Amino acid sequence: MSDDQRPDPDALLAQIRDDEQRAGRGNLRIYFGSSAGVGKTYAMLVAARKLKAEGVDVLAGVVETHGRSETAALLEGLPVLPPAMIDYRGKRLAEFDLDGALARKPGLLLVDELAHSNVAGSRHAKRWQDVEELLAAGIDVYSTLNVQHLESLNDVVGGITGIVVHETLPDTFFDKADEVVLVDTPADELIERLAAGKVYLPAQAERAAKNFFRKGNLMALRELALRRTADRVENDVQAWRSDRAITQVWKTEGALLCCIGPHEGAEHVVRSAALLAQQLAVTWHAVYVETPRLQRLDGARREGILQTVKLARDLGASTAVVSAQSVAQALVEYARSHNLSKLVLGHGKAARWWLGRPLGLAVGALAPDIDRIEVGQSQRSRPPPVPREKGVDAGAGIGEQLRPYLWAAAVCAATTLLTHALVPYFDLANIVMVFLLAVVGTGVWFGRGPAVLAAFFNVAAFDFFFVPPRLSFAVSDVQYLLTFAVMLVVGLVVGQLTAGLRFQAQVATHRETRSRALFEAARDLSNVLTVEQALEVAQDVIAREFRAQVAIFAHDANDRLQLAPTDAAGLDLGTAQWALDHNQPAGLGTDTLAGSAWLYLPLKATMRSRGVLALRPAEPRYLLVPEQRQQLETFAALAAMALERVHYIDVAQGATVQMESERLRNSLLSALSHDLRTPLAVLVGLADTLMNSLPALTPPQQALAAAIGEKTLRMTDMVTNLLDMARIQSGEIRLRVEWQSLEEVIGAALKSSHGALGQRPLSVHIDPAVPLVECDAVLIERVLANLLENAGKYTPPACPIQVIVRPVDDAVRISVRDHGPGVPKGREEAIFDKFTRGTVESATPGVGLGLAICRAIVEAHRGRIWVEPTGPAGGATFNFTLPMGVPPPLDMADAGAMVEPGAAQR
Amino acid sequence: MSMPVALVLEDEREIRQFVRLSLEAEGWAVCEAETVKQGLVEAATRRPDLVIADLGLPDGDGVDFIRALRNWSGVPVIVLSARTDERDKVSALDAGADDYITKPFGTAELLARTRANMRRVRDGRATPESLFRFGDVEVDLAARLVRRGGVELHLTPIEYRLLGVLIANAGRVLTHPYLLREVWGPGHAGRTHYLRVFMGNLRQKLEDDPAQPRHLVTETGVGYRLVVDAEQP
Repeated sequence: MSDDQRPDPDALLAQIRDDEQRAGRGNLRIYFGSSAGVGKTYAMLVAARKLKAEGVDVLAGVVETHGRSETAALLEGLPVLPPAMIDYRGKRLAEFDLDGALARKPGLLLVDELAHSNVAGSRHAKRWQDVEELLAAGIDVYSTLNVQHLESLNDVVGGITGIVVHETLPDTFFDKADEVVLVDTPADELIERLAAGKVYLPAQAERAAKNFFRKGNLMALRELALRRTADRVENDVQAWRSDRAITQVWKTEGALLCCIGPHEGAEHVVRSAALLAQQLAVTWHAVYVETPRLQRLDGARREGILQTVKLARDLGASTAVVSAQSVAQALVEYARSHNLSKLVLGHGKAARWWLGRPLGLAVGALAPDIDRIEVGQSQRSRPPPVPREKGVDAGAGIGEQLRPYLWAAAVCAATTLLTHALVPYFDLANIVMVFLLAVVGTGVWFGRGPAVLAAFFNVAAFDFFFVPPRLSFAVSDVQYLLTFAVMLVVGLVVGQLTAGLRFQAQVATHRETRSRALFEAARDLSNVLTVEQALEVAQDVIAREFRAQVAIFAHDANDRLQLAPTDAAGLDLGTAQWALDHNQPAGLGTDTLAGSAWLYLPLKATMRSRGVLALRPAEPRYLLVPEQRQQLETFAALAAMALERVHYIDVAQGATVQMESERLRNSLLSALSHDLRTPLAVLVGLADTLMNSLPALTPPQQALAAAIGEKTLRMTDMVTNLLDMARIQSGEIRLRVEWQSLEEVIGAALKSSHGALGQRPLSVHIDPAVPLVECDAVLIERVLANLLENAGKYTPPACPIQVIVRPVDDAVRISVRDHGPGVPKGREEAIFDKFTRGTVESATPGVGLGLAICRAIVEAHRGRIWVEPTGPAGGATFNFTLPMGVPPPLDMADAGAMVEPGAAQR
Repeated sequence: MSMPVALVLEDEREIRQFVRLSLEAEGWAVCEAETVKQGLVEAATRRPDLVIADLGLPDGDGVDFIRALRNWSGVPVIVLSARTDERDKVSALDAGADDYITKPFGTAELLARTRANMRRVRDGRATPESLFRFGDVEVDLAARLVRRGGVELHLTPIEYRLLGVLIANAGRVLTHPYLLREVWGPGHAGRTHYLRVFMGNLRQKLEDDPAQPRHLVTETGVGYRLVVDAEQP
């Protein structure tokens, strides 16, 4: 097998992850069409009816018939889930009832209009998120989708039809669907159906919709739908091929890097990159490089950019915001460190020629090996986000921005005044130095722009006030022109350099603050010893670092989520529980309950989630920055690890205490056992010695000595039983299981209870089909010996006793059968209880512990013990079972070849 | 021939006393010791022909005593042990003890064990006979032939090797680890199921009633013993 035949390990891993994720998940089938009216709902209902006829539990969650009678007819006979009514601003709106569907748990759920936006106040903003939860709960879903609702095609469709659709579905979700069924109707037929009134058109949008249903549009949409489906089919084929290792299809290298610019149209670039990545079947990254210039953008623009970054993340990219001086340099470094070979960037109309080469060329110069893909401008770019709080923001911004320039002007004026006083004492050449110093100072304190301004002002002031002829801009000596030029250039260069340095210093400080915060949090959390401490420290640290209100939900002793003490308001335990159950963030800035003021992050630790972190930032925009998000997640992980560590400290302490008490119990029992048995052993021995002593005792004396010995032995048995019972009761029985031959165990039991059985005829029958059984031989021998001794005790002499072993289902049943008086009726269960005997008053010795011990031992072996009459004539049969396993095989080499030893000699 | 000497190492005075009485009645000279240290001193100075040792002693474990004794003496050692401590018995046997008696025990049992162990030592000194008999089984060690009631039996090589190890240690309790090591070699220590299977096969071939063996006796939780004289308890 040659190398390229082998499936790529990365692809295989991805496949395994996918399969694992899918195991237990419901299947999603999407009926996909080019536009409304092609018959998606109809096709879905036809398929659903067929399944229902086959006995599948079909439920219609949401089905929009749009008043079409054919469709409505199909819906008849299918159970329909009543919608949930949600209060929204005084109105009651009907919405798909997600919780109802989850509770009902049908085999197949029909959910029309996958891209639908839910009524505000629902759990998820989008219906596809509802579907995601249904799938996660193991429910199969059929749904429908029009091509214009696909996120990546949204732009294109808008461009073609001129109608912008706001309800979109992420392509990743579409691609994750298990099946996509294309419902196709040719454009002409669709127009005919429209004319016949078979296509639903809302009255108010009729004109726009008529515009939409032009033949050209419909053909374009149909092509888009067909091509998108073809792409998917190709993906399926690729997946199938890589699955079967026909040939290597997936590329693991060649991933894309998308550069997000500050300009309009960045979204278009992101969508294009997503489309490209999907077509190339590669992973992709999206990066926004923040330069000092971009840092000064107003809040609304920055938020717009961050939204674009979020869009990229939603479309499946790994995202990052990088602070750097040079965009090209930062991009190349990022691409190198992440092994990305293709760069996607917008065709920047704002490439400013006077500042240098366009970005593409700059990257090309730095890294000629990186492929650059420039994306053309969107035909229909969305309007830039309307800046909120425009007046306030802009006013404050201008004031803020002008201040350094005013300062620069003031510095120039001060310099001029100061130097004026110096003129009598110093040469003009030296005075120039003072002006130069002022420029440098301005650059250091106020940045590049003010430095440039100061350079110009100082040149002007120097010329006007000091260079002869004074109080005129005329210059008598041409030499001064050089002075001016040098001063200007130095001012500009110094301003540029210091501004850059300042920026670098800022970035470094920022980074240092972040790592210091992490370090401190890690140090503080590593010292905590109790859950309460851990929660308190984590809350404090995160609240300080993110300037937010923080609350932590942790597990209580009963494994229920409980809120740590906090003064925070507006927290919702339900959302926290959801985040924990789904192991996903919820609330603010996420896809689930985005309307909440709080962000809920599950505290994921190595073994399991340890709780939920709730965070209410003072500035919600803050959380959109990927670095901030990562930082927050790192903090959450730290807190989770601390909680886990504390948890295991508790577990370890518990185990130590348990071990300690067990050890104590054992040593107590052994001491007790020794102290009780030793005198008994002495008694037995002494009675024996007495019997054999010389001169010989008289027969009555001998009988007495024998009686002492015999009773002492019985006493020993009772003590043994009591001690064993105490041992069993003090904790679980420690089984020392090995693969045992029952024949052997029975043999040993018969030998040890030989005396108790006396002259009773004994037979043993062991079914040859009984294999080795995994059990503790000492304890099972004990059970058998107890049962045999009982048989000896409760039956008349010469009464036959049988031991029978045979397999029954997946267990081995061992029966001890006697033909004595049997167990009194109604006492069959009770005799296995402690201190209980078959007959209440009896001359037979014993305290009624034997069978209780038997039961404890058999149950510890996951077996069962019971008694039944041997036959209609009476008698008792005690049965117990032991689970039958598969004994380990015998190695043929160890078993030895079947050669006769004698024969080998010959 | 002078009287054989037995060393009784036991911390309970009464048990020492009746063991002494029983042994003296059989013609033994008995010396006593209460601690491991004392026991080792007695064993070194009196050179006993038999040692009877308790496992729980005030200044240490009987197993330590046996291990120390085995460094320089091959004298038969019988261990006294409580009923529930199978692991202690195994470690004592592995340390070099020859046999064990479970407390409480009677004089008859003690003396029978003593006799059996002494006989084994005596037999061991004599030139090994090539013919070994137990019950109606006859093993011709030279010709590697096994006959039962005069009829030749077929044993597999492993079965024969197992029987051979048992015969070489007839009367002694052999622990599972010892048998596995001797028959299958090192590296098979955990595979006690091998023993159960092959011992079962041997019993099928050599015993009248494999479920109530008279010669290939199971010592539950400890090991196996080949009982030559079936009347012996």
